Amino acid sequence: MNAIVTAKDVSQVYEVRRGMFAKPLGLKAVKDASFSVEEGETLAIVGESGCGKSTLARMLTMIETPSDGSLTIDGITITGDDPGDVRKLRSTVQIVFQNPYGALNPRQKVGSILEEPLKINTKLSSAERRQKAEQALAEVGLRPEHYGRYPHMFSGGQRQRIAIARAIILEPKILVLDEPVSALDVSIQAQILNLLADLQDRLGLTYIFISHDLSVVKHVADRVMVMYLGRPVEIAPVEALYANPLHPYTRALLSATPATDPKSKGQRIRLTGELPSPISPPPGCSFNPRCPFANERCRAERPELTQHGPTRVACFAVEEGRIEMAAA
Amino acid sequence: MSHISAQEAEEGVGTDIPDRPKKSVRRQMLQEFWYYFSENKGAVLGLVVFVLIVATAIAAPLIAPYSPIATNSQAQLVPPVWADGGSWNYLLGTDAIGRDMLSRLLFGAQYSLFIGVVVVFVAVTVGISVGLIAGYYGGWIDTVIMRVMDVILAFPSLLLALVLVAVLGPGLTNAMIAIALVLQPHFVRLTRASVMAEKRREYVTAAKVVGAGPFRLMVVTILPNCLGPLIVQATLSFSNAILDAAALGFLGMGAQPPTPEWGTMLAEAREFILRAWWVVTFPGLAILVTVLAINLVGDGLRDALDPKMKRS
Repeated sequence: MNAIVTAKDVSQVYEVRRGMFAKPLGLKAVKDASFSVEEGETLAIVGESGCGKSTLARMLTMIETPSDGSLTIDGITITGDDPGDVRKLRSTVQIVFQNPYGALNPRQKVGSILEEPLKINTKLSSAERRQKAEQALAEVGLRPEHYGRYPHMFSGGQRQRIAIARAIILEPKILVLDEPVSALDVSIQAQILNLLADLQDRLGLTYIFISHDLSVVKHVADRVMVMYLGRPVEIAPVEALYANPLHPYTRALLSATPATDPKSKGQRIRLTGELPSPISPPPGCSFNPRCPFANERCRAERPELTQHGPTRVACFAVEEGRIEMAAA
Repeated sequence: MSHISAQEAEEGVGTDIPDRPKKSVRRQMLQEFWYYFSENKGAVLGLVVFVLIVATAIAAPLIAPYSPIATNSQAQLVPPVWADGGSWNYLLGTDAIGRDMLSRLLFGAQYSLFIGVVVVFVAVTVGISVGLIAGYYGGWIDTVIMRVMDVILAFPSLLLALVLVAVLGPGLTNAMIAIALVLQPHFVRLTRASVMAEKRREYVTAAKVVGAGPFRLMVVTILPNCLGPLIVQATLSFSNAILDAAALGFLGMGAQPPTPEWGTMLAEAREFILRAWWVVTFPGLAILVTVLAINLVGDGLRDALDPKMKRS
C-alpha cells in the first residue's frame, strides 16, 4: 500500500470583502489539514455544513489551488504554477457532484457530455470517442441508445450514472465523490452505491467520499476523517470509529445518527451553541466553546493529531484521559 | 466497498425510459414552443403581418408597378385612387416630383428590414461577446465594461445616435453603426446577468474539472443556456432599430434621398402635410404597422420562452 494522495498542512483562505475601504477578512475554509489516502481505499470525509469538506474536494480536483501547504497527488505536487501538471492530473482525479440535476449541461446531449473530456484531453477520432462513450454508458448500466438523448429525459439516479460515466471516461485513478447520493431517493442511493462499489473493484479506483450521512459512510468507507471548522479532528479506520469514537465531536455526531432499531437506547449527546465563524475561530481548540470536556488548556492551546491506538485524534481530553474519567 | 444486498434491483435500470416516438427532440421542443406562442393571438397576428412584410420586401421588384426613383413630371402629387382626382395608374398617389408612392413603400420595406437585420446582428454579436467577457471574468474587467455601458445608456439613445452620425457623416451605413452601438448595451447587460447566474452551476464546474478552457466554457458551455432572453431582446431591438433608422432618416442623418427609406420619405414630404396628406400618412403607417407587428411577436416570444409562464 502506498499513499496516492498526501496533504500536508493544506489551507484555503477566502477573502471576504466588507466594503470598499475596510480591510478584507480571511475566511479560513480549510486550515492545516494533513492526511493521506492509500491507493485503492475509500476515505470518507464527514462533518457538518461549512466544515470545509467541499473546499477540500475543490482543491483535490484542482478547481482551486491551496493557499498554503502542499498537496501531492500521484507523485505530482500541485503548485498551481505549472499548467502541465494540472493537465496530467486532470486524467488522474475526477469528481462526481451532489446534485445530478445541476451537474449536466441541459443543452448538451448525453453523448457530447461524455465526449467533452475526450475532446479536450485526447486526440481520439470521433468514431473512437463515440465508442468510448458508449462503453462508459454500458459501464454504468445505461444503454447505448441513451447516447443521443438530453439530460432532462432521465431520472435523478440515471443522471447520476451519466455523471459517473463522465468522471470515469478519462480512466482516472482517484474519484472525488462530493455527496454523490444525498440528493437521491433511498432506493436509488443503494443502486448508485453498488455501482460505485463495482467500479472500484473493476477499475481499481481510489475514492474520496464526502458525506454527512453517517450510515452511508459506515457502509462504504475504509477510513473516515471527521472535520470540524476546517480542521481534521479524528482520522480512524471505519470499524474503530463507529465502535469507539474518541473525539467529543465525533461522539456527538454518531449519537445523532438515527438508529434503525427502536429499542436501542442511544444516549443522545446534545451539543449546545452554534458553529463558530470560520472568519474568527475561537483560540485554542476550535471545538472548545461547545465541548463538555473543555478546560483551560483547550481554550489556550491547539491540539495536534496524535496516534491513539488505530486512531489519530486531535483532543487534549483524550490525550490526558479526562474523557474516560468523566465517563466512569 | 461492499454491496448493499437488500437493494439488488439493478435489472430494471436504464430500461424504464420509454422509447420516444421517432420525432426528434428539436421538433418536439418546437411544437411545445408553438403551443405556447399560439396561445397569444396578438403574437400570431403580428407574425402573419411580419411574414407578409418580408414577402413584399423580397418580391418588391416583381410587384412594384414603377421604379421607386422614376419621376413623372405629368403626375405630381396625384391623390390615391379613392380620393377626388385619383388615378388607377397610381394606387396610393404620387409625391411632389411624381414618384409612385406604392412602389416607394414596397422598396422601402427592403431597406427597413435590411437595417433591422444588420443592426441587430451587429448589436447582438458585439453585445454578447462583451457581456460574456464581463460576466465570466468579473472583477475589474466587469466593472470597467459595465461603467462604459452605463455611460452609453445614460444618453438618450436617439441623441447619442445623432451625435455619432454627425461625427461619422450622414448616410445609411453610418446610421446603422450608430444605432447598433446604442442598442448593444442592452445585450451586454442581459448576457452578463445570465452568465453570472449560469457560471455558478455545477455543470460549468464539471466542464472546468475536465479541462475546458475559458473560451470553450463561455461559448460552448454557458452561452447556449443564456439564449432565451437574448432572443426576445433581439426581436424587440429589431423594431427599435427600424424606428431609430426612420427617425434618423427624418432628421436627414440617415438614408439620403432619393433612397425610398420610410423615414427619409417622411422628411421629404414634410412641407406637403397640409396640401397632400397621403405623402406623409403612408410612410408613417408603414413604419407603425411594421414596428407594431414585430413588437407583438416579441411579446409572444417572451411569454413562450419564459419558463415561469408555462403551465405543465
